[in-house]
Amino acid sequence: MSMRQKNRSVWLWITIAIFLAMCLFLFYPLIKLFISAFQETGTGEFTFENFLKFCSKPYYYRSLFNSIKVTVVVTLLCCIIGIPMAYIMSNYEIKGKRVIEILIIVSLLSPPFIGAYSWIVLLGRNGIISNFLKSITGSGIEFSIYGFGGIVLVFTMKLYAYIYMYASGGLSKIDVSLTEAAENLGCHPLKKVFNMIVPLILPSVMAGALVVFANTFTDFGTPMMIGEGYRTMPVLVFQEFVGEVGGSANYAAALSMIMLVITIAIFLVQRYITNKKSFEMSSLRPIVPVKPKKLSGFFMHLFIYLFVLISLLPQITVIVSSFKNMSGPVYKEGWGFQNYIDAFETRGYTIANTYKFAILAVLIIMILGMVIAYVSVRQRSVFSSILDVVTMFPLVISGTVLGITLLLAFNSRPLRLTGTVAILVISLVIRRLPYTIRSSSAVLKQLSPSVEEASISLGCSPLKTFAKITGPLMLSGVFSGLILSWVTLITELSSSVILYTAKTQTMSVAIYLQVTRNEFGMAAALATLLTVTIILSLVIFFKATGKKSISL
Amino acid sequence: MKNTTIRVDNVTKRYGDKTIISDLSLEVKGGEFFTLLGPSGCGKTTLLRMIAGFNTIEGGTIYFNDTPINDIKPYKRNIGMVFQNYAIFPHMSVRKNIEYGLVQRHIPRPEIKKRVDEIIETVKIGEHAEKSPNQLSGGQQQRVALARAIVIHPAVLLMDEPLSNLDAKLRVEMRTAIRDVQKEVDITTVYVTHDQEEALVVSDRIAVMNFGKIQQIGAPLELYTRPANLFVATFVGTNNVFDGSVVRGEGGPAVTVGPMTIPMPNLSPDAQDGQKVKVTIRPEELRFVSDSNALVGRVKARTFLGSYIDYEILLPDGEVIEISQDAGDFANMVEVGKDVALGADAKRVNVFTEDGASSLIRG
Repeated sequence: MSMRQKNRSVWLWITIAIFLAMCLFLFYPLIKLFISAFQETGTGEFTFENFLKFCSKPYYYRSLFNSIKVTVVVTLLCCIIGIPMAYIMSNYEIKGKRVIEILIIVSLLSPPFIGAYSWIVLLGRNGIISNFLKSITGSGIEFSIYGFGGIVLVFTMKLYAYIYMYASGGLSKIDVSLTEAAENLGCHPLKKVFNMIVPLILPSVMAGALVVFANTFTDFGTPMMIGEGYRTMPVLVFQEFVGEVGGSANYAAALSMIMLVITIAIFLVQRYITNKKSFEMSSLRPIVPVKPKKLSGFFMHLFIYLFVLISLLPQITVIVSSFKNMSGPVYKEGWGFQNYIDAFETRGYTIANTYKFAILAVLIIMILGMVIAYVSVRQRSVFSSILDVVTMFPLVISGTVLGITLLLAFNSRPLRLTGTVAILVISLVIRRLPYTIRSSSAVLKQLSPSVEEASISLGCSPLKTFAKITGPLMLSGVFSGLILSWVTLITELSSSVILYTAKTQTMSVAIYLQVTRNEFGMAAALATLLTVTIILSLVIFFKATGKKSISL
Repeated sequence: MKNTTIRVDNVTKRYGDKTIISDLSLEVKGGEFFTLLGPSGCGKTTLLRMIAGFNTIEGGTIYFNDTPINDIKPYKRNIGMVFQNYAIFPHMSVRKNIEYGLVQRHIPRPEIKKRVDEIIETVKIGEHAEKSPNQLSGGQQQRVALARAIVIHPAVLLMDEPLSNLDAKLRVEMRTAIRDVQKEVDITTVYVTHDQEEALVVSDRIAVMNFGKIQQIGAPLELYTRPANLFVATFVGTNNVFDGSVVRGEGGPAVTVGPMTIPMPNLSPDAQDGQKVKVTIRPEELRFVSDSNALVGRVKARTFLGSYIDYEILLPDGEVIEISQDAGDFANMVEVGKDVALGADAKRVNVFTEDGASSLIRG
């Protein structure tokens, strides 16, 4: 056996080991889910009853329509806001551009359910703005954010940032000479935007739209808090699973199956289209922003500042209200640190849990992410190709569904993990691994294999070469994925809310529970803590890597 | 160590069921600058990477001196390799790059410093030693790569199209530099290129490859003047190819090309009277003449190239051939549109079988 083959086989064993782990923690639970979706509650006999039940009552199937309606509207609105914003920001000089970009990232990375809850504080019953509006219009009009409108508002004001960032990424790769060539061939400048720019950034926008779609379709916290009667699929799944009245794991499994099939189908379609439509662009002369004309410049600034401000409103509200003395949902006189003191005294362990689990998960993600990226780019085999696709599934699997699959799979011997820290960390790793794999393989693809061969020919063994050359060169890419993994780890709610026990409660879960009990004060303090952690992490990331943006 | 010979013995390379190289043999002498030359996809880089150990060997054996190396791991083969894209480690300074191989070999620090300083002078990058590679130009980066490869005193030096990413002027400068450094350090070198001019300039010997097979091995002059087959004749240098036939008359063997008869005393005895053949005459071996034993044609275009002048001549059968004339010969410059007669230098004409597979020149 030659050297290369031996060397390959080391990596092949590593690939197979990871592959088996994926089978155990992702495939096996999904199969379990699949089976229990076809089982009758109690008897365990084969049945279609669960699916028929879903189709039989409007109460159930309307949730799916609601989800689809919300998702489509949100994705469209995000494009309508995000694309022009990206176009303006990259083509025109906008004052405070750098700050705006960081603020957009902050609003994007803050936990979605905090957004929902802050909008309730602002616009809900007894909300600050609602009360103000009531006082000027007279008490006749009941202002309501709950339901479809509220869900769309919360999602849009947060998720448009994805479209903005993906579209900006696409725009930054466009070479000016392309648009110059178009104009040179007689294309009107405005027509050029639709003929040239839009098609060129379309793959990026589509990738962003998928992220928006997946986030909206699978998010549990927002519709749960703000939807009230307007029920979406993740909420229905959650209620059927944990519901005190007539909750059924089998029925929840069937519902999860329906969600899974839809999201994975869309994920695969998107992947197919991007693979087919994608083209390589490298920009030697990127677009240079010009000074806008006075009047149009004013409206551009207004448009951008307004949306960034609105999208930051939840964070501002949370931070400010965390210092307000409160008693349950009622504001009291005076300001202070009472909420923080209460939070540390009664929920200190959730803070410790959050960081413990997240740090553990992020370390595992870093190692797995690098290795999976390496084998899928450099050591191609059947297993690594499958890994490459499968490890991306969690991007579109609802956290709630993933939580349920893990519970179903590991609730009995010999693999009894329910209620342990392990099951929480496993779900965190599976859910947030894709970001790190994606960014690591992106950087690896740009690294010529001959750099590694040079090291080997100079007398360095392949594994040592990975440690001394490939690994260090991958790090910048690894970190840009890791920051995203990290931030979403500490704010994870939708799977933790299924898997937690009293001992393994995290901050996100604690915030959720308190909001549902109208204990806004402590929730605000904990949410502020999370937001500050995110901002600090971003600052450290930007300083340490010298990057100006995060790659999504 | 220095004068390692490389013997490639009936080597075969397969990818799946596709055979890229089959039963290829050659020998590179100690200290020789040996070039694998051929069009892209001919298997030259594949062969080089088999010597380096990055490609598996499906059949046959490669020896360094008399040691088979098939089963020696690539990082134990003691090979210096220079890559097309330089493959400089971007996260290390120039000095760190160059000493990398020495550090792997656990050479004592003072010795490392001494050797790196020496090699940096040899490849003339002294002032860049502490810089980061991305501050260097392509040519400088390739010098670093060369230094990094030879500082370890490798048994053999392998270069995979090292100049193809450089611009034309730098390529000319660097090929001389590579040649000089190779002679100075005296390492057996295998060099891969698709650029025949580059190969002619740098090599002691060249193996011309096509479709995974060796077409001819020889010194540059030999390949140029006496190519073994039509492929080598047209791939190395420019050549005009004519259909001709053999004449064995009273005046000794000859070939006819159109109206012209060229006496060929060195024609192989295999060439039968009346046999159809391919005849190649290089542009510089043609000249304007006034006698009647000549090709006739009309000047279609004239290109002034500084030291010489290129003419395109349209022949009566519609073929266009090329002739080049020393630019010092201003007096005989010919205008476009003029009818001309062309004669050939018989000693340098080559004759091949009609399928182009082998030469019909003796010896």
